[in-house]
Amino acid sequence: MSLNTLTASVLRERLHAKKATPEALRADLKKRFTAVEEKVRAFARPPDFKAPADRAEGPLRDIPVVIKDNICSLGEAVECCSKILQGFVAPYDATVVTKLKEAGAFVQGKANMDEFAFGSSCETSCLYPTRNPWDLQRVPGGSSGGSAACVAADEAVMALGSDTGGSIRQPASFCGVVGMKPTYGRVSRYGLIAFASSLDQIGPLTKDVRDNALLLSAIAGPDERDATSADRTVPDYAKILGRDVKGLRVGLPREYLIKGMDMEVRAALDEAIALLKGHGVTFFDVSLPHTEYAVATYYIVATAEASSNLARFDGVQYGLRRPDPSNKEDGALVAMYKKTRGEGFGAEAKRRIILGTYVLSSGYYEAYYGRALKVRTLIRRDFDKVFAGCDLIVTPTSPTPAFRLGEKMEDPLAMYLSDIYTISANLAGLPALSVPCGMTKSGLPVGMQILARPFDEEGIYRLAHFYEQKTPWHTLKPKL
Amino acid sequence: MSTARYEPVIGLEVHVQLKTQTKVFCGCANDFGAPENTQTCPVCLGLPGSLPVLNAEALRSAAKVGLALGCRVRSFTKFDRKNYFYPDLPKNFQISQYDLPLAEHGRLAVEGGGVSREVRIKRVHLEEDAGKLLHPEAGGSSLVDFNRSGSPLLEIVSEPDIFSPEEAYVYLTGLKLLLQYVGVSDCDMEKGTLRCDANVSMRPAGTTGLGIKTELKNMNSFKAVRAALEFEITRQTGALEAGERLVQETRLWDEEKQATRSMRSKEEAHDYRYFPEPDLPPFTFSDADLEVLRRELPELPLARVRRFCSTYGLAPKEAAVLIASKDMADFFEEGAHLFQEVKKVAHWLMGPVLAQMNARGVSLDQLGLSPASLVELIRLVEDGVISQLAGKDVLGAMLDSGKGPAQIVKEKDLAQMSAEGALGAIVDEVLEKNEKTAADYRQGKESALMFLVGQVMRSTQGKANPKVAQELLRKRLTS
Repeated sequence: MSLNTLTASVLRERLHAKKATPEALRADLKKRFTAVEEKVRAFARPPDFKAPADRAEGPLRDIPVVIKDNICSLGEAVECCSKILQGFVAPYDATVVTKLKEAGAFVQGKANMDEFAFGSSCETSCLYPTRNPWDLQRVPGGSSGGSAACVAADEAVMALGSDTGGSIRQPASFCGVVGMKPTYGRVSRYGLIAFASSLDQIGPLTKDVRDNALLLSAIAGPDERDATSADRTVPDYAKILGRDVKGLRVGLPREYLIKGMDMEVRAALDEAIALLKGHGVTFFDVSLPHTEYAVATYYIVATAEASSNLARFDGVQYGLRRPDPSNKEDGALVAMYKKTRGEGFGAEAKRRIILGTYVLSSGYYEAYYGRALKVRTLIRRDFDKVFAGCDLIVTPTSPTPAFRLGEKMEDPLAMYLSDIYTISANLAGLPALSVPCGMTKSGLPVGMQILARPFDEEGIYRLAHFYEQKTPWHTLKPKL
Repeated sequence: MSTARYEPVIGLEVHVQLKTQTKVFCGCANDFGAPENTQTCPVCLGLPGSLPVLNAEALRSAAKVGLALGCRVRSFTKFDRKNYFYPDLPKNFQISQYDLPLAEHGRLAVEGGGVSREVRIKRVHLEEDAGKLLHPEAGGSSLVDFNRSGSPLLEIVSEPDIFSPEEAYVYLTGLKLLLQYVGVSDCDMEKGTLRCDANVSMRPAGTTGLGIKTELKNMNSFKAVRAALEFEITRQTGALEAGERLVQETRLWDEEKQATRSMRSKEEAHDYRYFPEPDLPPFTFSDADLEVLRRELPELPLARVRRFCSTYGLAPKEAAVLIASKDMADFFEEGAHLFQEVKKVAHWLMGPVLAQMNARGVSLDQLGLSPASLVELIRLVEDGVISQLAGKDVLGAMLDSGKGPAQIVKEKDLAQMSAEGALGAIVDEVLEKNEKTAADYRQGKESALMFLVGQVMRSTQGKANPKVAQELLRKRLTS
């Protein structure tokens, strides 16, 4: 079996026992890349398959990790798959990259993504859409579509993505891998090019739950460079794996059982619930009454922050710069701003900048942004109440399996609704994970989402790992 | 102004750069004069992915200023983003404070120039400074120096409680002094560590409403603020009297032309789209935190004036001169501990020492004078070893050479002749040579005595102690 198909935890054992070499691992990854990347297009730029000379002794020693193209890695291009950042080379390491290096890992390459993480299909990338390894006519999900697809296609051992409204979990479910959005503040955002600062979190996309726990343990923790990172010690997440789930109390939010939920998704979830019930997990209905406002609230808060975060891309210091001498009306500076931003941003980025600018404008602030903040508090309280009576919440990750390329590009609202189950965790700052829980008849993966109280990633891993060990889903591979 | 039809209403917005070790949201050094773009990092350059982290020292300094201004310092406050595009602002938003400023509702006692009352302080908040645009003479393009980007800036906004350009001037002087006492800023307008914008409007004299205001910018000294306000008051009054309608606008002061010109009208004003800074959690001050800061505050200028009057018996005007510079006041107090006649110390400082500072164009600490050596000099004069006049020369020589006063007196042979024996012979000689004058004195012409003292001084080349000489003369003439 090629080394690139193995999990990091198995690879670590083999490398340690000298049954495999780092060189062989990289060679297998390169071979796989050469064989399938043309079909999948998971990477933003081809990796060089070299390893740095010095690697720390650590739990991820010699393990290559693919990172999303919005995470800074010293000396490497980081463009958020946007024209406006073309040619920008990160002059510093993101904290997660520093931590990866401290754990002995290294950055294998940069994954494709929706431009600035604005999207749920990887189709807004300025480069090319990534394709779903299970069906090349379908999207891998987004925005961390490249990260999910490269892991699913065995072009990578593990990957990092970022999740603002589902951008790790939804592609994980579409591609049949495990994706975790940690509690807000669990992982430092320093070096993550911000989409929406109060919602963004970096998290792992892996082939199984154990790898996910391993990678999160490596990147989590307080960071003096990120004032929103939580000053809490990080448990060794791997230790919780293998624990029994008997007696766990799990809530099923009735508001999530909506029209429009795919029947096969529903069936897969019901089957998963039945299996867990058989092992002593108690399930009961809970209510999150403000769920119906989550998508609207999200698209106000997220776009408001994005409009401000993306203001810095103006052609002055770095990235695309397009002077416009033909514009006589505005003066050289404003003409340059207009042309640079006009050419540099794609349609979805422009849509969100305009929306965000609007909701913050004088006269509209209270009606939109002010109100959204209040609803956000109500959504958070919904979860507080529910978690007073249960340990975890289970939902589908996405109402449907992977959709076809182009299917929702002309209908932004339909695209936004594909994040309906994932958005609330970001608004409430909760940890949430997607674990494969079935396949549709046409061979598309389905994901189950598990949510927990803030900082109870352990609880999530406990249930997810138990479930995974009782089911075959994580062992299935796409035929490419 | 009582006969004028219109009176001005002025509010001042002062920006002060805090002299913290590092910038407000990153670890870069916060000082002046380094080569362009050498004191920068991903955070203050606003590079993608970087995040701000609040400098606790800057926050403490800001809260101290709030307390010194008698403000209510909020127990819960936060930062907000002020969004606008400008090339000196690397993120195209400024981290500032909007609806929950650090401190509010303070006051500043404004005294001097015939003014004596309180101006209310509306708010004090902390924010980050922008970079600096450079326009090379070669033209074509502009450059940006980001060394200043992210320096901690304190905005201090007054209520519209100021009613003349002179009051504005006195307010600024008082505010600068207070900030220097708190020790948080150099307040040097020329270096840009203090900047001031002024809002001014006119209203019919005796009414209480507010007219259409102009915001004045680009003044680079307190005098320029005063001059700009004077210009603007004249301009606005003229317009109103001519029956014109004023527009709310921002106007720039042109130092060369000594005039203001319109920069933008209200319609062109920015919508800053303030919203809470998501990268910085809100922060809190407990009562105990504030108490610690309050205790760290030094004695403030007004309290010091009062104490100088009550403890040292100085006149309020004298005390005011001394405290107008914290260095001078500190120097005075050290001297006062060494010498009982504290008024003498005060007079020496405000007289000869201040004259030396002005003549040399240096500050007190650059003068190289210690309180102990000044007191030593004063003692030599008071003990009659040297004359008052010689004392001033000795001061000059001390500053030139760095030597002590006693050594200079000795080297220059400046000690006065006080011994009766040595002076007696000279007095006798003078009386002999000036018999007529002596006779005049005996007949009651008091001024004749001073002439004779003068003659004694002349014969001794100024070394005679005039008091002793006078005593000897009087004794001889009346015996």
